[in-house]
Amino acid sequence: MREVAIVGIGQTPVDEHWDKTLRLLAGEAIFAALNDAGRDQVDGLFVGNMMSGELSRQESLGALIADWIGLPGIEAMKIEAACGSGAAAARAGMMAVASGEMDSVLVVGVEKMTDSLPSETTSGLATAADADYEAAQGLSFVAINALAMQRYLYVSGWKHTDFAPFSINSHANAVHNPYARLQEAITEEEYHKARMIAAPINLLDASPTGDGAAALLLVPREYLRPTTRGYDGRGRPVITIAGSASATDTIALHDRRDPTWLRAAELSAQRAYAQAGVGPQEIDLFELHDAFSIMSALSLEACGFAERGQGPRLGLEGQITLSGRIPICTRGGLKARGHPVGATGVYQMVEVVQQLRGEAGATQVEGARVGMAQNIGGSGATIVTHILTAL
Amino acid sequence: MEISRHWRLKKQRYSLIGEVCPHCDAKIFPPRDVCPECGQEARSEFAFSGRGQVYSHTTIYDAPAGYENNLPYTVALIKLDEGPIVTAQLTDLGAQPVEIGMPVEMVTRRIREDGDERGMLVYGYKFRPAWNAPIK
Ligand SMILES: [Zn+2]
Repeated sequence: MREVAIVGIGQTPVDEHWDKTLRLLAGEAIFAALNDAGRDQVDGLFVGNMMSGELSRQESLGALIADWIGLPGIEAMKIEAACGSGAAAARAGMMAVASGEMDSVLVVGVEKMTDSLPSETTSGLATAADADYEAAQGLSFVAINALAMQRYLYVSGWKHTDFAPFSINSHANAVHNPYARLQEAITEEEYHKARMIAAPINLLDASPTGDGAAALLLVPREYLRPTTRGYDGRGRPVITIAGSASATDTIALHDRRDPTWLRAAELSAQRAYAQAGVGPQEIDLFELHDAFSIMSALSLEACGFAERGQGPRLGLEGQITLSGRIPICTRGGLKARGHPVGATGVYQMVEVVQQLRGEAGATQVEGARVGMAQNIGGSGATIVTHILTAL
Repeated sequence: MEISRHWRLKKQRYSLIGEVCPHCDAKIFPPRDVCPECGQEARSEFAFSGRGQVYSHTTIYDAPAGYENNLPYTVALIKLDEGPIVTAQLTDLGAQPVEIGMPVEMVTRRIREDGDERGMLVYGYKFRPAWNAPIK
């Protein structure tokens, strides 16, 4: 297997892009990534997307986007794993390069959500759940997370207010990210007073949807040659994918042995740690999947940053901030950068690359050399973990 | 929902029919062909009693398309007496506050108030407080 490097990144702001189509958004992110890498040779394109068929009545996104960016003829396909589609596409691209099958691969995550009525988007998101035994009972995706959170509060003894630091941290970091959907800080009081959407989850526990696209360009590490301006010719460190793993769990929350434990996060993180030869103590920052504040706690626990039932403590002790032991959601996370579902996993990886290159501006984690990104599909059914390192 | 799809699920929706594993006696709902406990084939039907208790719950204020007229409504994870957990709406709550551990029993109710986009009225299981159940 060949080591894989990320040599280009690109993203659009997460926003209500009423003036832009799905293919145009994808193209913007792709051209930014190609420009960032200073390359135009591409063998393949992997598209992460969840709901284009449901919300835009458009599938065949591989061909659609390859055509749009002027590369008809290349191999291209869509990869779907609900909200985990973005990282699943990145992993597919990684495998194509690592195996030797392709020498230059584009990965783009794209989602167009704001054309639809809110109830249509809610129905679309619910397709991540078990259609016959969860969604058919009238459950929204928020409600499924609320069931997990309510049980977690009951078992662990934490109060809803103990989750405030997660949302406050994400918003504080998004203030400095020009691509973020909500570039505004929130206070503890605002968190407590926010409108309830599915008790105990209120509006400030939940990430906003949006339109957006993010892209990566992957090449074999061995093809990079030293120049007077570094291996990438631009004086930047080379970012390699040191760990990449995906795992699954039951699709329905009710079928889990413990609905408050993310087994697929634990499995994929363990596999990624083993590949990279690191453990949680070596991770300098963690872009986790804070679609809801409960997911931050569950992710930190499943990946070994907190004991079972102790995730909220890391927030309350300030360990998740930029200067803390394990900074999370350093560019705003899903909560404030926004959650264009099938694109989110690629945004997370773009943000880890920014950190490892030292391009994160006011949210730079000093000396960051090892970063982790974890993308969750459904209520934990597919979880993809990537560990990136700077050399 | 497609009529045939609802028809296929009628035993589960109306009668809470799941399976019992012939190898390890695990009770399984919803039915699946591989036993989640022992990994062996399980295809023997088993009728659940419909009794259980609330394992977790939430109240929905933003509904998916087709469920808006029910707002707000309460959904729960129900731990059935025989073991499995099922996701369902709660009904007939009155002024009763929902709590984890509350005993409940299955009833058959209309799941969507107005029928679906094909005009079909969809009935299925919901759970209501079981007033006479022994406290566990
Ligand atoms: Zn069995």
